Amino acid sequence: MPEKYHISTTPVPPRLPRIGKYGIVDWREDCARCHNCVKKACVYDRHRQESAYLRTLKYSNFLFFECMGCFYCVQNCTKELLALTINSEYENLGNQYWTPEIIQTTWQQAETASVPVSGAGYRGKFAGRGFDAMWTDMSEIVRPTRDGIHGREYISTSVDIGRKPAHLEFKEGRIVSETPEILDIPIPLILDMNPPEFTLPRLEPFILEAVRMTDIIAIVDSTKWPECLNEKQRQRMDAYLPNIAFHLNSEAPEIPKDVLRKTRMVEIPDSDDALDRRAALREAVPGIVVSIRVPLNKRGVDRAVALVDQGADVIHGVADFNGNEINVKNPRFIKDMIREIHTRLINSGARDQVTLIAGGGIALPEHMAKALLCGADVVSSYLPFMIALECRLCSDCKPGLSCPAGLEAIGFDYGVGRMRNLIAAWYLQLIELMGAMGMREARRLRGDVGRAMFFEQMEEEIFGTLFGTRKQA
Amino acid sequence: MEHFSAPENRLNDMGAVLPANTVRTMVPQVDVCREIAPAPPRYRNEFAKYVIFRSDACVHCGHCAELCPHHVHVRKPGYTLFAMPKSYLCTGKSCEKTGYYCIDQCPQHALRMVENPMIRALGDYRWPADMLLGTWKMAETGEPPAEEYELNYQTGNSGGGFDRLRFRFPEKPPAGLSDDEIDTSIILNRRDDGRPKIAIDVPWYGGGMSFGSVSNITQLSKARAAVAWNTFSCTGEGGYMERMRPYDGHMITQVATGLFGVREETIQRVPIVEFKYAQGAKPGLGGHLLGDKNTPAVAKIREAVVGISLFSPFPFHSVYSIEDHMKHLDWIKHINRRALVSTKVSTPTDVDMVAVGSFSAGTHIIHLDGGYGGTGAAPDIAKKNIAMPIEYAIAKVHKFLVDEGARDKVALIASGGVRTAHDIAKAIALGADGVVVGTAELVALGCVRCSRCSAGRGCPRGIATTDPELVTQMDLEWGTQRIINLYSAWRKDLIGILKRFGMRSVRELVGRSDLLMHLDFNNDAGVNKTDGPAKSQNASAKGKGRKPKKANTEQKP
Ligand code: SF4
Ligand code: SF4
Ligand code: SF4
Ligand code: SF4
Repeated sequence: MPEKYHISTTPVPPRLPRIGKYGIVDWREDCARCHNCVKKACVYDRHRQESAYLRTLKYSNFLFFECMGCFYCVQNCTKELLALTINSEYENLGNQYWTPEIIQTTWQQAETASVPVSGAGYRGKFAGRGFDAMWTDMSEIVRPTRDGIHGREYISTSVDIGRKPAHLEFKEGRIVSETPEILDIPIPLILDMNPPEFTLPRLEPFILEAVRMTDIIAIVDSTKWPECLNEKQRQRMDAYLPNIAFHLNSEAPEIPKDVLRKTRMVEIPDSDDALDRRAALREAVPGIVVSIRVPLNKRGVDRAVALVDQGADVIHGVADFNGNEINVKNPRFIKDMIREIHTRLINSGARDQVTLIAGGGIALPEHMAKALLCGADVVSSYLPFMIALECRLCSDCKPGLSCPAGLEAIGFDYGVGRMRNLIAAWYLQLIELMGAMGMREARRLRGDVGRAMFFEQMEEEIFGTLFGTRKQA
Repeated sequence: MEHFSAPENRLNDMGAVLPANTVRTMVPQVDVCREIAPAPPRYRNEFAKYVIFRSDACVHCGHCAELCPHHVHVRKPGYTLFAMPKSYLCTGKSCEKTGYYCIDQCPQHALRMVENPMIRALGDYRWPADMLLGTWKMAETGEPPAEEYELNYQTGNSGGGFDRLRFRFPEKPPAGLSDDEIDTSIILNRRDDGRPKIAIDVPWYGGGMSFGSVSNITQLSKARAAVAWNTFSCTGEGGYMERMRPYDGHMITQVATGLFGVREETIQRVPIVEFKYAQGAKPGLGGHLLGDKNTPAVAKIREAVVGISLFSPFPFHSVYSIEDHMKHLDWIKHINRRALVSTKVSTPTDVDMVAVGSFSAGTHIIHLDGGYGGTGAAPDIAKKNIAMPIEYAIAKVHKFLVDEGARDKVALIASGGVRTAHDIAKAIALGADGVVVGTAELVALGCVRCSRCSAGRGCPRGIATTDPELVTQMDLEWGTQRIINLYSAWRKDLIGILKRFGMRSVRELVGRSDLLMHLDFNNDAGVNKTDGPAKSQNASAKGKGRKPKKANTEQKP
């Protein structure tokens, strides 16, 4: 068996008390002080474990943050004094898109680096908006390979970034066509820059350590160079450069050429002269992959397609952090915008040669797989890696306000460990989905809508024949 | 009421000449009585939608106890004081309209009713609190919950699929049928291949749950209820326990990819053998029993080494084509000459092709397991994202099998998110012959769907665990009765539906999607079907002309 991509992980416990979904309210008065207190019978021993913490609470709500919601104590209490409630702090996590469930599962994955598993089937909505309006396929008998227990052992999740020639030309047995540099990363994931709404913590040193360990790429705002590495990291700067893609802000001081040469990819913001800048960069740093960052606003899709027409080979389309088209009244979702770009590039015949990176709203590992099925080659994301550090996505993430999760003052090992664990958990879950599909190559996921099922399409094709037209929302 | 019947009697039941190797596997069988008996909840404080509080002003006059027909107020014999009100029996706000509303009638104004705020923490989108409460009531009483309880137990809040489908009942039943004129049985062998035409009395059977994933008591309760209702239960992947032997005649041996505990005898002793290719809870993924759950008892039955993690590969490493699949079926059919074979698959995009392939390979039962069900531990990412919901799959496969001319030669069984009698009826109207249920049986046993079945010692409520201390919470008689009661109540609900359509048999309902409407559609297709009933705007699927209830889909669980 060839050497396999592997991320070594160890659990990294949280710094703060956990915010669980359920809490137990204990109406102390009237307690019978019976000797069979049901609190002792909690299978998870929550009442005892958390009593020490609860004693330190100033106000008197007796919440158990890691209550599993089994109702055992509630239903056996002699005097019916215990009640189970949903923790309001839990319900207030995140926003409409970044739901408490997403935040909680991200915390769990950042702690354990493993695939979250639970019993009792699915508990959620039939379908939803965005990525929740699609399902991935499975196969009864097709496997990634016939080897191994599940065949998963042979799944490759690596993808390429850069221009792929449409064909090769040979002369007397030798390749004569130009073979541009491409860059391959072991997971179709790039850690992006922070969205402007979340500016408080400076997480670059952790991010860069985590991407070095996992050999993926992080996009770094060039204005932050070299402060994006801490002192110790700066001493061995070369070790980090292959995993950095500078976002070359035109106002920022230039990154020295010898530094750029050690990176494999750079990104430039879209502008009228983006293609000229790209050409200049490629001349100055031969072989470097240049991505053009296109904000997915009203013009985003058209612009991405136009840039490819004019010779761009890597497009990074970015929606807002909730995955929506930027500044549009009835925004489209990232998955639909990717599908459109992808389809239009197929029609123009350019799709196979260029790389499409999709960002905005990528919150869970399944979004990575689904974005690929919709036509992206790679996804980019930031917030999950901030949430990994116990961020709650409050809206106080601005200089001058203090972070309730204390992200300004986290330890290095903690920060790196939690991010690395989350990357590892995403990787494992991508393999789960690919294994179920019987897919061996993440490269082949791209645009394979035949291996996806879309809610609107299923409703129309299957229910439409039975129930006619769907009501307009 | 149990008795042993000699194996010879069962030979006659089969109506077929049995090969010697099958006869050799036969052991005396235990009968279980189908009768309903009260099986009250096993917890001290049962969930109540409305809670009654009695204040110190109470003078214990006993007026409330005399009034309330639901026995909420109890004074134990020999006591002067009343016990804590049994709020879960109270019908709640609807009682206001009666003459006996104790809150108003108490001369001391000592009683107070509040909506239980804890209900918000109970259940989820697929199994909202009302559905759990309704299912518990059915398991307790054997009857559909009385209307006064105003429990919307028939549909969940998932916002799609079954939860948005409603029956279009005719204004008035086209035929006046009495309950006992309505037949709920279905036939599982629709091929003319000389194998027994096994019929089950209700259009459902119990899904596979292995020992290890659930307790002995849970498994046996399921099996015994299957005996009582003349239907089936399934071993699951973990092997055939000796304790199941007295119920052989109502068991399905599952042959899953790990082949744990699969031996010639375990195939020969049962009337149905199920090939599990995939399961809806984790479509496309194999099972994984963690090393510390591989206890000596589990290891023995799985014929494995104690303490090592047990992987079930995915899929069958011996099946890469329909021809391979056919060989598997032939193998089973050869080893057990009376067996029907079922092929359990998940719901990929090409589920229709899978089904027709399986049919041509010779399966008797095509069992589609959709992505939203399952009881066992599964990766969260798989539960939500992989494979199509069963509602689509049933309709798709039914249509395809009809078009291929194969539909009447195979039994189409659906599972994966079938929670109530109404779901069962909807699944059948979409095109299934019957369904497989799992979660609902566990709910009958007191499951609250906390989904911690796989964590630590397993289910804290003693259902899905093999922890020696936790399993003692439940006894076999009670467990059996709860499931028997649930089945009885479901059957009544189902008969209520068939009656409103004037159908004498549940088999008439198969594929009658014209009798369904979808709340998100204009329902303007195929309205002019022959013998289609008059359209009714009644959006409620509940019988007895109940007022339509607004479907509440946005409520958070
Ligand atoms: S509800 Fe269950 S998990 Fe929560 S504290 Fe009570 S016994 Fe423990
Ligand atoms: S009617 Fe009122 S005073 Fe009388 S026993 Fe009931 S609660 Fe007490
Ligand atoms: S409100 Fe009605 S049902 Fe409830 S306890 Fe009083 S009398 Fe009984
Ligand atoms: S652990 Fe929770 S979900 Fe699982 S069987 Fe027990 S009560 Fe049900």
